[in-house]
Amino acid sequence: MPLTLDDVRRVANLARLELTDDEAAVQLRRINELMERFESLRELDVEGIEPTAHSAPLHNVLREDAARPSLPRDEALSGAPDAREGCFAVPLILEAS
Amino acid sequence: MPGTQVETRYVGSIGMEVHAELLTESKMFCGCRNAFGGEPNTRCCPVCLGLPGSLPVANRLAVELVVRAALALNCAISPIAKFDRKNYFYPDLPKGYQISQYDQPIGSGGWLDIESEAGPRRVHIRRVHLEEDTGKLMHLPTGDSAVDYNRSGVPLMEIVTEFPPDMSSADEARAYLVKLRAILTCIGVSDGKMEQGSLRCEPNISVRPEGSAAFGTKTEIKNLNSFRAVHRGVQHELARQVALLRRGDRVAQETRGWNEARGETVLQRVKEVEQEYRYFPEPDLMPVHIDDARVGLIRARLPELPDAARVRLVDQYGLSPAEADLLTQTAAWTAYFERAAGLCGNARATANWMMGELARLLNAANLEIEQCKAGPEALADLLAMVENGRISGKMAKGVWEAAFETGEAPAAIAARQGEQISDADALGAVLDSVIAAQPDVWQALCAGDEKKLTFMVGQIMKQTRGKANPGEVNRLLRERMAGGAQ
Repeated sequence: MPLTLDDVRRVANLARLELTDDEAAVQLRRINELMERFESLRELDVEGIEPTAHSAPLHNVLREDAARPSLPRDEALSGAPDAREGCFAVPLILEAS
Repeated sequence: MPGTQVETRYVGSIGMEVHAELLTESKMFCGCRNAFGGEPNTRCCPVCLGLPGSLPVANRLAVELVVRAALALNCAISPIAKFDRKNYFYPDLPKGYQISQYDQPIGSGGWLDIESEAGPRRVHIRRVHLEEDTGKLMHLPTGDSAVDYNRSGVPLMEIVTEFPPDMSSADEARAYLVKLRAILTCIGVSDGKMEQGSLRCEPNISVRPEGSAAFGTKTEIKNLNSFRAVHRGVQHELARQVALLRRGDRVAQETRGWNEARGETVLQRVKEVEQEYRYFPEPDLMPVHIDDARVGLIRARLPELPDAARVRLVDQYGLSPAEADLLTQTAAWTAYFERAAGLCGNARATANWMMGELARLLNAANLEIEQCKAGPEALADLLAMVENGRISGKMAKGVWEAAFETGEAPAAIAARQGEQISDADALGAVLDSVIAAQPDVWQALCAGDEKKLTFMVGQIMKQTRGKANPGEVNRLLRERMAGGAQ
């Protein structure tokens, strides 16, 4: 079932993206094209195949609990558009939408 | 008439989500140090800052600690556990998602037993899973927010109670958290520090008319950083919801924050519904297989749990269940008690002293028992000195306060402060001088005016500056009275 413009707006809001009407229409068309491709997977016969979250035959890829040096703070903050008092500075986000 | 109407009674339902930061050296998916406090953004790397191209690798010990906790909470361990992405957009998450566990948590289907004023109750636990902590947001005077990612990626365990909820009152909610904290600290998984936020609890609360099968709309409370706050917060929220329903309003599904100063909950945010988190399997992490042999090994290494310690303390030392509860509140309390009681041979006095003077001083100084300078050896020495009459109970308090403050040995402090006078000759001399100074009082006392006894004891205490052994003074006075009456 194709998605609607409302679905696109809702997902955009969850990602805090502002879309113009034109942009929303373009995204709707693209997402629906993508969904169609996934729909084609329904044609496959998956009878008797266990669901899996991964295709690689690996498990327990773990590291030992040992601390290593972290980045110098200046370096950690270097990619931030705004940094103050040793912190990343971001606009105030209102939680209630 | 409103006065004749029977008011609807409401029953509460309380579920609980508890988050505990795990006691590892490094973070969950990178080698940055897992610690509290410090300068902001000094324990960060490309992984926990969510920089492009970085990849997480799970911490083996963190997985093991969650298995340990799940076993201590009587859970089944999932033979295959996996990680999932929980997507939401907020600056405390640098990646735009939190790595968590959705449909294959490490532990599920457990329980723990609590006791409250309403009696014993088994609280069922739906799941125990592993995830990562978020960064911390602080508000700047300019109106912006500052983000510190030191906490981002710290291994975090989430423990969720079963639905429908087993708990119905603020007392039970507190008892659950007290017991859970005792277990988690006992097995070395969490330090249990609610005031530092390493153990956080979010109760969800609803009320419904008595006899109604359908549950009411629930709210969630955050920002509860002490047992007392949990009790007050739940109590307040139950009352708030009942008041809303009584006046015909509805309860809105929302997250409320506890305001300790005002003693009430205030609206924080309207909660996003679950599917909006768009969970999906974390492609960067492989599943974790936990076989029976591994589970058996971790189970075999579990220490004595608080419930077992509690039963043993009652049996072995003749304590009441309530006393045993207090002394098993953390493993450190149990160890302290057993060491001190073993050394001085007086479990009763040890228990009384720990629940009284030690607890009082720890509370006043806001210290944990582990940080206490006066250890169990010091307490045992102090109690032995009281028992053999070297110092009075009253003096012991002062000696203990000094020992607590400085860590100096109680014997040394007592020696400096002057020990109790129990010697019959020395006390006899003091008694003679007091009788000589108060002949009328002494006559009255010998004639049977018992009220004068206190006065005489008081005079002797005054002369010895409180060091006279009161029991010995009483004995000597009685002896003289018997002699004087002859």
